[in-house]
Amino acid sequence: MTEPLVRVRDLEVRFVTRDATVHAVNGVSFDLAERESLCILGESGSGKSVTLRALMGLNPPRRTKLSGAVRVGGHNIIAASERRMADIRGSTVSMIFQEPMTALDPVFTIGRQIAETVMRHEGLSRAAADARALELLELVQIPSAKRRLAAYPHELSGGLRQRAMIAIALSCRPKLLLADEPTTALDATVQIQILLLLRRLQQEMGMGVIFVTHDLGVAGEIADRVAVMYAGKFIEEGPVRGLMRGPLHPYAQGLLGATVHSGMRGERLTTIPGAPPNLERVPKGCAFAPRCAFVEEACLPEVPAFRGPVPGHAARCVRVPQAA
Amino acid sequence: MLLYLVRRVLYAIPIALAVGLVCFMLVQIAPGDPINAIVPADAPQEVVEQVRRDYGLDKPLPVQFGLWLMKVVQGDLGRSLATGRPVTADLVSAVGNTLTLALVAAGIGFVMGSLLGTVAAVFRGSLLDKAAIGLAAAGVSVPHYWLGMVLVVLFSVTLNWLPAMGAGPGGSGAWAWDWEHAKFLVLPAVTLSVIPMGIVTRTVRGVVAELLNQDFVTTLRGKGLRRGGIALHVLKNAAPSVLAVMGLQLGYLMGGSILVETVFSWPGTGFLLNSAIFQRDLPVLQGTILVLAIFFVALNLVVDLVQTALDPRIRRA
Repeated sequence: MTEPLVRVRDLEVRFVTRDATVHAVNGVSFDLAERESLCILGESGSGKSVTLRALMGLNPPRRTKLSGAVRVGGHNIIAASERRMADIRGSTVSMIFQEPMTALDPVFTIGRQIAETVMRHEGLSRAAADARALELLELVQIPSAKRRLAAYPHELSGGLRQRAMIAIALSCRPKLLLADEPTTALDATVQIQILLLLRRLQQEMGMGVIFVTHDLGVAGEIADRVAVMYAGKFIEEGPVRGLMRGPLHPYAQGLLGATVHSGMRGERLTTIPGAPPNLERVPKGCAFAPRCAFVEEACLPEVPAFRGPVPGHAARCVRVPQAA
Repeated sequence: MLLYLVRRVLYAIPIALAVGLVCFMLVQIAPGDPINAIVPADAPQEVVEQVRRDYGLDKPLPVQFGLWLMKVVQGDLGRSLATGRPVTADLVSAVGNTLTLALVAAGIGFVMGSLLGTVAAVFRGSLLDKAAIGLAAAGVSVPHYWLGMVLVVLFSVTLNWLPAMGAGPGGSGAWAWDWEHAKFLVLPAVTLSVIPMGIVTRTVRGVVAELLNQDFVTTLRGKGLRRGGIALHVLKNAAPSVLAVMGLQLGYLMGGSILVETVFSWPGTGFLLNSAIFQRDLPVLQGTILVLAIFFVALNLVVDLVQTALDPRIRRA
């Protein structure tokens, strides 16, 4: 069997400071096949962005402690030196960030920021890199691309900036694209355009994509599979349709209940009571137990294992029936 | 960009005029009649009136200002009351000396400050950082006339390596770029460089540390850029604010430090000002202040232009 594009086993990420150690990610395991798209759903602070950044070694180097195994495109990410990581970043795996305003360098032109990535990884000449930058701006459908090459980030709208960000990320045809809430900072209409663009590019370029979002609409639009994250763990994982229609874990049910969608006029919006746990200490049993309406004895001694009624869809909850 | 440049230069003209007016008025407001400095205290009234007329001091103020301005524009700053020599000639040589000292001191201070500040920002919280901050704080707080004297005691008196005062061998005022002259420059330049070094260190540290925390630096790492590539981006982002501080510091140094130039008997503008004040030598005082103020205006203009060239976000205004 060939190795999947991404293989993560028992990934743990801790941030160590003098005052405290924050256990941001506590044992995440998953695979991603080539051309597959996975969406990681969760509240802020659930560890989804940290997981994503761990895939390309982008967490702050001095304070971060990693353990477990992370392989991306055949590279061992945990063991790689910073030099080696720099070669992998941008070429094998690249990332789109949440805030297109702050994620681009304000004093360099868009064209230069794309071209320098190409020059760095593919050793192209300045002229060839500029030509590639123009192609990329056309690929991400920026109107009057030629003129936009010489534009600075502040001269573009949010949507165009995010397109430019995507152009940078795709400039060296990565096998894996990571997207950290790529549409959160954008207007609703622009969000849809960006999502459609990403979906089309993923299909055309045959990339694997991992999305992080707290927006269920985004997940439904793009993902093949969805993973729900809570307190640094995947607590439910399954195909997008199955999970959206029939979430198994009480937290996932709560998350889906807390969104506004059509056909619920007059109904009450439900919220999940309580707040996520403080990650300075890892909770012993199910991390959601203190907020769960269905908590029972069996939840507390240890973290429930994944159980699922159908293959491919499973949750860490003792109440989920286990298929034979 | 060219239009912007022309506009900025035009803006500088009214500022320069206002500076001239303030210089002129300064003397009028100051207590004491300059006539007293020229004529003996027991001179008869007619003589006083005669001198007053000769110097044009009997005309109404606006006329005096106009006449003064006309001459200034032609490079004539009048004659020194104390020596009778043309102010312009004395000022040119003093400004030249101060400029030499200021540029060398600024060079030392800016290079050291940039290095210390960058190291401190990159290794924030480490021992290196604390050492750099300590040095910067010391640089800003140590009174530099005291530092000058300590250096003289150490390097001139005790070790006898460097001359203690003057701007050249045999008390010559003529500057030349050789070791014989440069020896005289070392101690005052080092003394003067300490304050800009401290201020630049703190500025660079603050700016670079803040930049390193910005999202776009993560993007740059995410693109696979190495340290050198990232440094280039940080440098261009840091340059405008750091240059603004450097420009201001250079302005202060151009003004010449009265204290340091006096400690080292350096024949610059500070020295000139000092003696002009004690001798109530108004034309020298006026001329010196005017030239220094114009320097400041010009320097600010240059900093503004460089900033605009480096940061595309300013150009919109």
